Amino acid sequence: VFDLATAAVEGALTAGARYADARAMQSRYESMTAKNGDVEELVQRESVGVGVRALIGSSWGFAAVPDPSPLAARQAGRRAAAIARASATVPGPAVDLADVSIGQGSWSSECLEDPLSVPLSEKADLLAGLTGTISAAGIPLAEASYQIWDTRKWLVSSEGHRIDQHIRECGAGMSATAIGERETQRRSYPAARGQYGTRGWEQVRELNLPAHATRIAEEAIALLSAPECPAGETDLILGSEQMALQIHESVGHAVELDRILGWEAAFAGTSWLDLSKLGLLQFGSELMTITADATLPGALGSFGFDDEGTPARSMDIVRDGVWLGVLSGRDSAAVAGVPCGGNMRSDGYARLPMVRMTNIGLLPGPHSLDEMIAATDDGVYMETNRSWSIDDRRLNFQFGCEIGWEIKDGKRGRMLRNPTYTGISPRFWGSLDMLGGRSEWTFWGTPNCGKGQPGQIGHTGHPAVPARFRGVRIGVRG
Amino acid sequence: VTAAEPVGLAAGTDDTRLTAIADQVLGLAAAAAPGAEADVHVIVRDDGLTRFALSFVHQNVAEEDLRVRLRVAVDGRWATADTNRVDPAALARLVDSTVDAARHRPVDPSFPGMAPPEPAATTGNWDAATAATSPDQRAAVVRDFVAAAGGLQAAGYLATSSERAAYANTAGQRLHGSCTSATVDGIARTANSDGVARRSSVRLADISGTEAGAVAATAARNATAPSELEPGDYEVVLEPSCVTDMLKFLGIYGFNGQSVAEGRSFVALGAAQFDPTIELWDDATDALSTSLPYDGDGTPRRRVDLVVKGVTSAVVHDRRTAAAAGTTSTGHAVLGSGAWGPFPTDIRLAPGAGGTAAELAGRMGRGLWVSDFWYTRILDPRTTVVTGLTRNGVWLVEDGKVVRPVRNLRFTQSFVDALGPEAVRGVGSVIRSHADRWGGGTFAVPSLHLARWHFTGGAGG
Repeated sequence: VFDLATAAVEGALTAGARYADARAMQSRYESMTAKNGDVEELVQRESVGVGVRALIGSSWGFAAVPDPSPLAARQAGRRAAAIARASATVPGPAVDLADVSIGQGSWSSECLEDPLSVPLSEKADLLAGLTGTISAAGIPLAEASYQIWDTRKWLVSSEGHRIDQHIRECGAGMSATAIGERETQRRSYPAARGQYGTRGWEQVRELNLPAHATRIAEEAIALLSAPECPAGETDLILGSEQMALQIHESVGHAVELDRILGWEAAFAGTSWLDLSKLGLLQFGSELMTITADATLPGALGSFGFDDEGTPARSMDIVRDGVWLGVLSGRDSAAVAGVPCGGNMRSDGYARLPMVRMTNIGLLPGPHSLDEMIAATDDGVYMETNRSWSIDDRRLNFQFGCEIGWEIKDGKRGRMLRNPTYTGISPRFWGSLDMLGGRSEWTFWGTPNCGKGQPGQIGHTGHPAVPARFRGVRIGVRG
Repeated sequence: VTAAEPVGLAAGTDDTRLTAIADQVLGLAAAAAPGAEADVHVIVRDDGLTRFALSFVHQNVAEEDLRVRLRVAVDGRWATADTNRVDPAALARLVDSTVDAARHRPVDPSFPGMAPPEPAATTGNWDAATAATSPDQRAAVVRDFVAAAGGLQAAGYLATSSERAAYANTAGQRLHGSCTSATVDGIARTANSDGVARRSSVRLADISGTEAGAVAATAARNATAPSELEPGDYEVVLEPSCVTDMLKFLGIYGFNGQSVAEGRSFVALGAAQFDPTIELWDDATDALSTSLPYDGDGTPRRRVDLVVKGVTSAVVHDRRTAAAAGTTSTGHAVLGSGAWGPFPTDIRLAPGAGGTAAELAGRMGRGLWVSDFWYTRILDPRTTVVTGLTRNGVWLVEDGKVVRPVRNLRFTQSFVDALGPEAVRGVGSVIRSHADRWGGGTFAVPSLHLARWHFTGGAGG
């Protein structure tokens, strides 16, 4: 398969590119959903193709073809060059590529049990059984699903990259939706969209989904008659799954260099962060240390090399509350004059690599969830994401969670429905005063991060722990 | 290969080849599982997208794809699989793996069977020139947009797409269709404001980068130096981008036969849930449509009147939800929509007599004129309470006059309540088409003047 990628690169170089790279990819995807005791859908998908990127002067072109012959791959390279020439008719500033070590090698994610080899009947029995259990507990809408990705890719560049990788990812989740007179209430496990990692089926077995089916059903029903989350300012404790999305939306996207440079201005947006403040800006409290670490075993944002061939690495994004790092690729890093982060990834052979999160996560702190609750006189604990919205500069956010509990005098009290909170990112992170410890550190995976045009779905990881924030506005509603 | 040379699978593939692939796969399925039901979609696409930021082209991509999707049902056990490999060995593997998967699944008691033979109303809207668009032609539209921005920073994209498809099933249904689309979607930026323009059509020739760039630049200049506004309830004039966003939520969560069956929808058929000025329908067969003329089940698409004079009159169905509801499919199975169920992809909102957004604002007391929504997310599907933010220009209007631009605001608002009886004060008469990123269709809507919108906070730091 390296030969196809090589042919595409040669096609681009022959047509005048000063740099070219090509990814040949074979992807298999399988998902199953079940509802109310029956398997509802099974999807199996296979994609094979080559995507080639050409740089002419300071302008890029990209072309992708499915299942090509060597000749078609070479033509795709020439087409990418032709597109780069068209780009040059609306030219921008000079583009260079940051220096990186030229990777040559192989990498595979750890996989103890090949998820595609687990019998379909076993997987169907698991999902049907889970939703049957939830339904039997009185829930009108019980849903469960798993997803599996098996991706092999071969990267060749005109600078000498020659890398192959085999990445297997999977995960699963389930939910119970109770339907009331005027609204619905939902509880999920282990997370709103399931839990995913660069692991085999052992990931799903370890979730022990059956042990939680009845509990989430009971909680969803209880939420229908629970009191509404009060409105006001209070101390807020967030569970680690909600923290993962908080990190993703308000830190991960904000530190993407393409956003900071204005390359995503029309769609995904920009960032409130100003590069001139890198290394100086107080992003949050001193408890806040966030890394971008693509080397974490099993986390969903892990790989051996990014899709430009830069080796995986760990880097500080925020250390002791101070903003230190951005996510970048070779071109954006060169423009900004920062070291290349190795954060370029593409959603399949037909998509251009772009700046994406790897595993953007909090390092654990000195406390525990129990200690946070015990130390809170008046507050609310919220768990499991239900909705998320954040402005185009990644500054103002509003999140809803599935469930909340009142905290009074150091004890967890009444269940609360429709808990929401809102804030401004640096103020919110500045109010962080308690952080869960290593035993509560979970590598959450987000398999649905949208970005780019044409749209790309990214798989990102978010190590997180429970955390407490002071004086947060809660209970926002229509 | 040169930039000007038309290259593309869709432009260069005829319906005969696609139908032959579909028949080949059906034949293999019949051999592998005699008596089984099966259907096949064969879809070939060319997509080109030229993206710009900081007034230059920074990303520029082209993609070809040919995809075969097979569904096999063996004694009520069914499975689907798809591939983009069409050599004989790959198609044989596709059939074997799909049949094997179906046999290992439990019986689906609600499986509705394959679509019966029925001709489609159209073969889709196809423009050969759009299908043959070169990278240079796309760049030329971008260049016009940037030039019309008149020195402001410009960002956005110009996309063209062409799609040919064939469908066949064991019940004897045979269909083919083709469609093209072109979209320009861009902003112009001052130091502290943005303005947006979005235009979509079947034909690239209908798209003017100069017109769109000028509209975006004018809006951006008019929005310069915005100031804070106290959140609260305000009248609003919502431009078509906002209205499109609202109707997407109502479509996916409300006018969806599956959501209704599950009790998650706000829909009450026959009830006056909307203002009498609201006339809403879905039609993927009209001249504006950029969709294929049949759905994921192989059912021809047809127009569905969703709201007539404010009364909720229908929801859309695929074969599964139609069977459960005791009705017939409306042709709204969305290929690959998974658990979402059927939803409208080509919503139209009837124009009123209100003129442009500016003219609607001219009749507003004290309220906000909003260009665009951003990051809207559902809080509760039953009530369609949604939170999101304004973007790309917001202005305070008093006594019909624009007083000042204001900074972006967050809102939390029930979309169905916002369009409820007595809630609509004016319906614009200028229709804009917008591409729908979720369902792949096109929405065509005017601006609206609404009595109340609940803004919950400022978006600034």
